Formats: sequence, structure tokens, C-alpha cells
Amino acid sequence: MSILGKLSWSAIPIHEPEAMAASGLMIAGVIAVLLWTTARGYWPYLWREWLTSVDHKRIGVMYCVLALLMLLRGFIDAIMMRAQQAFAAGSSQGYLPPGHFDQIFSAHGTIMIFFMAMPFMIGLMNFAVPLQLGARDVAFPTLNSVSLWLTASGILLTNISLVIGEFAKTGWVAYPPLSELKFSPGVGVDYYLWSLQISGIGTLMTGINFVTTILKLRAPGMRYMRMPVFCWTALATNLLIVAAFPVLTATFAMLLLDRYLGFHFFTVDGQGNMMMYVNLFWVWGHPEVYILVLPAFGVFSEVIATFSGKPLFGYRSMVAATMAICILSFMVWLHHFFTMGASADVNGFFGIMSMIIAVPTGVKLFNWLFTMYGGRVRFTVSILWSLGFMVTFAIGGMTGVLLAVPPADFQLHNSLFLIAHFHNTIIGGVFFGAMAGYNYWFPKAFGFRLEERWGAGAFWCWLVGFYLAFMPLYVLGLMGMTRRMQHYDDLNWQPLLIVAAVGALVIMAGIGCIVVQLVVSIRTRELRRDTTGDPWNGRTLEWSTSSPPPPWNYALLPHVKGIDAFWAMKQQAPGEQAAHVQTAGYAPIEMPKNSATGFVTAFFAVITGFALIWHIWWMAGLGVFGALVTLLVFAWRDQDEIEIPAGELARIDRSYRAEAAT
Amino acid sequence: MSTEAIFGAEGAITVDAIYEGPAPKRIVVAYGFWIFLLSDIVLFSALFATYAVLVHATAGGPDGVQLFSQTRIAIETGCLLASSYTCGLMWMAIGARNPAATYLGAAVTFVLGAAFLALEIREFAGMIAAGATPQRSAFLSAFFTLVGSHGAHVTLGLIWLTVMMAQVATKGFVAAVTRRLACFSLFWHALDIIWVGIFTVVYLMGIRT
Repeated sequence: MSILGKLSWSAIPIHEPEAMAASGLMIAGVIAVLLWTTARGYWPYLWREWLTSVDHKRIGVMYCVLALLMLLRGFIDAIMMRAQQAFAAGSSQGYLPPGHFDQIFSAHGTIMIFFMAMPFMIGLMNFAVPLQLGARDVAFPTLNSVSLWLTASGILLTNISLVIGEFAKTGWVAYPPLSELKFSPGVGVDYYLWSLQISGIGTLMTGINFVTTILKLRAPGMRYMRMPVFCWTALATNLLIVAAFPVLTATFAMLLLDRYLGFHFFTVDGQGNMMMYVNLFWVWGHPEVYILVLPAFGVFSEVIATFSGKPLFGYRSMVAATMAICILSFMVWLHHFFTMGASADVNGFFGIMSMIIAVPTGVKLFNWLFTMYGGRVRFTVSILWSLGFMVTFAIGGMTGVLLAVPPADFQLHNSLFLIAHFHNTIIGGVFFGAMAGYNYWFPKAFGFRLEERWGAGAFWCWLVGFYLAFMPLYVLGLMGMTRRMQHYDDLNWQPLLIVAAVGALVIMAGIGCIVVQLVVSIRTRELRRDTTGDPWNGRTLEWSTSSPPPPWNYALLPHVKGIDAFWAMKQQAPGEQAAHVQTAGYAPIEMPKNSATGFVTAFFAVITGFALIWHIWWMAGLGVFGALVTLLVFAWRDQDEIEIPAGELARIDRSYRAEAAT
Repeated sequence: MSTEAIFGAEGAITVDAIYEGPAPKRIVVAYGFWIFLLSDIVLFSALFATYAVLVHATAGGPDGVQLFSQTRIAIETGCLLASSYTCGLMWMAIGARNPAATYLGAAVTFVLGAAFLALEIREFAGMIAAGATPQRSAFLSAFFTLVGSHGAHVTLGLIWLTVMMAQVATKGFVAAVTRRLACFSLFWHALDIIWVGIFTVVYLMGIRT
């Protein structure tokens, strides 16, 4: 074996024109951005203010940027699949050879779940949770930065696979024995495994960080039953991360041992048990679904209460439903493979549990409806996404209950009906929630609102595009079409697949609207400045500070007296409010210092991951050593906080209050 | 304290009635580390579950009855449990800000931990020499991974302990260092808990069948 392990010039896919075009485009894009940043001289600013920032708001924004970029990447994969299936019927083979098509659907699933939906939700939680709790930052700010950059490392490795080597051809779940070395001898599965192991560690640390933050760093008076619902859903999500992600790490570690050292966990020989992988994968995988959707539920709760001008209906039942889902989500994993061959009793148990989990979700839906009932609803972009969610998610939830019936599932397992179902919940639930949150908190993050008309355009394109793209898949599933088909013979399927492809084009228009909305909003930001810090007449604490908030969020920690703390403050007489603000004394506060630890650790993580994928052992050792040294340097730094003097706090706080009052 | 702080706004007593705001850093760090330990235990639970499923999948190779030595495991267990006791003594020395006693406690803890590890490595080496390698059967894959993961944790713990002593030597008992020592101490005790599980599930139950 050479000094570069399995790596050689043949790793560059010169014979695949689509892959070369895609990688060429990606590399050109990255180089263009790097050149532009250098030409404008933005590097020092970027390094100081963003890359080394440990501020939860900056980290949250960077997570969302990563997620939006990966939305583009994942969508390109999606539209390539829809195009292939629109053409590849009967005698036509379409334009994608099977090996390439397999990589595309694997990459699409992996990227959309791990690198689009998760970073988006974690980004929104990062941005909003500490603000809503009245905290100055998360519990472990530097660790938070490490989490972000490890996620970015996983993203980078996955995208490197486009240029050097290949990605997994196993689907995003990478079931053995197909994902074992014997059947997938290339580096594709290794790219998949190491990308997800590295970003998974980052996610686990996020979970630990946020559970600690929510349980230990709330502002005085912020009892549990006074927390905004978004914080409750964030707590549930992060508890799920802490309880579920280690299982994924262990499972992938076992598959890696099989692939690298010839172990027999999931192999056909040596009495390995491949169904053990499938079980463990979904012990993580089903909670993962709720890791994604619970924060979205939190966003909808905030958005609907705010824009209906009413407190959330049934706050306590909302909290109870959230925590019930948190626990129930661990009791349904087997419904992903009723066809495994478990006994009728086992299938029956998991079928019933899966139906039961629809109950707390139904409770939530009624709570949102009753919140709007009798309210004076303002039809902002965020509320449009919320309304679209309620209708779409209800349909997705009901098809889920259908799939929870084992005999029905035996027919529908791995068919396009399933694909339609989970896109119905993930797009209709998670993505719509991400967009509602993006439009809702954008002014808080940047000090100006997003443009409304392009925002509404994005919503309508996505809504219409979604129904066009996925309703045909339900029908196709019932007609017997299975997932992941590069080619099919039944010409009766083709018209519906063409409709689905048109739907994907409409969604593309929706993505175009999102991009245009952002560009237009930045260019005309002076028209939509938020000087008050409270552009929506909000109810929770994040709207009580300036937009964007100072690094310390609150010069004086708020004292919380009830649910919807900021709304209650606004109900007080103006004199009372002023007295509250001016009599309080400012005290100096300690803020965590910027740190390059996260960025440098991620650098070494990419090196290690790449080296392990290509079996370049010396380089892997070097990468681990580098990460260890980084950790030691961090452990030995003497000053980890800087003090903000009281005078400066007072000056900045008073100038904001003066501006907000005008 | 006002009655409203003790009784909820509705007049009923609520569990979180008294909440004075953010906890001090010492509490926050230890609390976060507890959560990490829980996640680590979840990781081990996945390995335990896999071991339990694969324990009889010997593929015609050796099983636990043929492989495990009770005497060696008893000594290993003794070393690890004793090291937790000395780790506790070290923690008391840290509380008394006594560097000499801290070093002594750390040294004894280190030696006991290293002895545990040496015995485990000898066990592994003996099995591999006899052809009972992790590649032999699914049972052995699961065994080496479960026990080896615990061993890897002990190894990391020993490295961590060494680094912490270097920190005590260069920085003294500053707040950051004592916080980390508290985390180390929690980590070391958690390894005991996991070992008790391994001792029971792998060795005791393995020898009985």
C-alpha cells in the first residue's frame, strides 16, 4: 500500500460527466467566494467576528447559513432524481447510470436530514433559546463553537466525496450487508460513516450544552412552567439528542469495525446479525424524527401566538404533549421494519404505540387552532408557513397512522407511499417550521425585516410544488412502485412521475424566491429597519432587547414574573416600565473570549476523517495528534473571559432604549 | 421571600417555585458533565444490547465458558474499585488544597488503573494468541468491542489524570482546574459503574452458561 493509502488519480471521476460538471461547479463556487473575500479584505473581519466567535447568536446564524447552502446541494440531488424518473421508463434508461443514481439518492437523504434539517433547527435553537431564557450565552460557549465546526467538517467531507472518490450507494440508512466491505468495497460508505461520526459528535455536544443551558441558566423567576414553548421543545429535542445520538455513534462504530478490521457484527458470515444494525439505527432514527420536528413545533407555537395577538392556548397541555412525544418517540422504532419478521404481538405493540404518538401531536394541532380562534391574525410570511404546515402536516400525520397498521405496512413498506409520507412530514413540518422561524427571527438577528412579497412567493411555490411533487407519489406507492428505482418498465407510472417532476420545478422556483427575498431584503434594508427591537409586537423576552442584541444579550438580567414575560412588561404603565429600567444598577459582566479552538479542531477532524476514509494511517495519526494539542492549548489558556465594564453596558443599553423610545 | 415566590401564581405549590436565576459555573460545569456521562452510558447500553444479542453467535468458535478466567477478572475488578477509592481520597486532598496528597492520590489511582489495563491487555493478548480473535465470530466481535471500549475509556482517563496533574503543577488549584478535577472524578466513578455491568453481564453470566 502506498503512502497515500487507497488514494490515487483514479479517485477523480473523470469518466462521469455529471459528477465532473457538478464538482467543477462546486469548486468554482468555493474559489469564487474565497477570492471575493480576499479581494474585499474581509478575512480579518470574518476570522474575528464569525469564525472564532463563541457567541450563540453568531453560531446560530452560521448554522442556518450552512443549512441553506446544503438545501441547495440536497435539492440539486432531488431534481436530478425527479428528472431521471420522469424519463427512464420502458425502453429509455434516462441520463443517470445506476451507480450514479444510487449515490444521488443516498447523498440527498444524508444531506437533507443531517446537514440541512438538523443544522437549521440547531441554528434556530442556538439563536433563540438563550435569548428567550434571559441568559447571556449557552452553558459552554467554546464547546458550542466546536459543535458548529464539527458539523461543518462532516458537511465538507460529504461534499469532498463528490470530487474525490464516491459517496455511498446504499441509501441514507446504509443497511448491512449491502454497506459491508464485501458488497460496498469503495470509499463511499466510509465517507458516509466518517462524515456522520464527526458531525454526530458535534451534535451530541450541542445536546449536552442545551440541556445544561435550559436547566441551569434561566433568568431569575423563569420557572419551568414560565418558559416559552420553543424552549420546552428545545429541551425535549436536546434530551433526545443526548439519549439517541450515542446509539448512532455506537452503531456506526460497529459497522466501521466490520469494514476496517473484519469484525462480524452485521456480516453474513461469522454469525453476524444485520437486523441488529437496523434495530439500533432506528432506535436512534425515530427519536431523530422528533429531534427535527419538535423545535419546528416550538417555532409554530411562538409564531402563531405572536401573530394572533393572544397567549398560546393550552400552554400546559402543549408542554405535556411535547414531553410525551419525547418519551414515546423511543417506543416506536420497530415500525420502520414491520417486515423484519417479528411476531404479531411485537408488531402489534409497535403499531399501537405509533398510533398513540399521533395523540399528543393532535393535541398540539388543536392548541394552535384555538390560539388563532378569536385572535386578530396578522398574515405575515411566518404565519403563512404555519398555516401551510397545519394542513400539510395533518395529512402527513394521517398517512403515518395508515403506515402504523402492520398489515397495511406490509403492502406499503419501501414503496413511494412511504417516501410521500415522510416528505409530507419533514417538508411540511420541519422545513416549513424552519422557514417560519427564519422569517420570524431574522429581524432580531440582523436588525431589519425580510421582504414580504418574495417571502410569500416562496411560501406559495413551496406549498403548490410540494403537493404536485408528492401527492402523485402516494398514488404511485399504491400502484406498487418501490423507492430508489433508476428505471421502471410500467409505463402507467410515467405520467404521475412527470407531474412530480413539475412539482420539483415549482419547488425550485420557491427556492429561487428565498434567494431573491434575501438579496432584495439586504439591498433595501433601510426600508425595513427594526429600531425598537420588537418588530412583531412579540411576547417573549428576546423582543425586549435590541435588534441585533448586544453580545451579552441583556445588560441587566430580566426578572420574569409569568408566561409571556415581555408581553406582561409591555402591559405595565409606561412610567412603571421606565422606573424599572432606570433604577436598576449596571454591574460589570464576564463574557467568554473568542476562541479558534472550534475551527482548529474541525480542521484536524477533516484531516483525520479524510485520512481514515482513504486508509492514510500516518495522516490520521497526525490529525488526532493535532486535535489533542489543540485541546491542551485550550486547557492551558489563562484568560478565558473578558470583563465588560458597567459604564460601557450602561452606555449601550441607554442608547438602545432612547432609540427604541423615539 | 414573597408568598408568590413560594406558591405559584395560581396559589398551588410548584416544584420549581423558588428559582433565583443562573447557577454558578461550578454547578453548571459538573451538571453538563453529568449529562455527558449519561450519554456515555447510553453508548455503552447499545454495546451491551449488541453483546446480549450476539452472545451465542459463536460461529463454532469458543464461548465465554472456555475463555474467561475468574481469578484474573476478580483481581482486575479489585484494582478498578480500589482506584475509585483512592480517587475519592485524591478529591479530599484537592478539597484541602494539599498538593502533595493530591499527587499521591493521583499516583496510586494511576497505578491501579494501569494495573487493571495491563491485566485486560494480557487477557486480550492471550485470547488472540489462542485464535479467539474478534474476527473469529460475532460473539467475539461484540466481546472485544464492549470490553475494549471500557478499556479505551480507562486509557483516556489515565491520560486525562496525567494532564490534570500537570495542570495542578503549573496552574495550582485555580477554579478551572478544580472544576476539571471534579469532572475527572465523576468520569472515573462512572467507569466503575460500567465495569460492574460488564463484570455481571459478560463475565459472571458468561461463565455460568
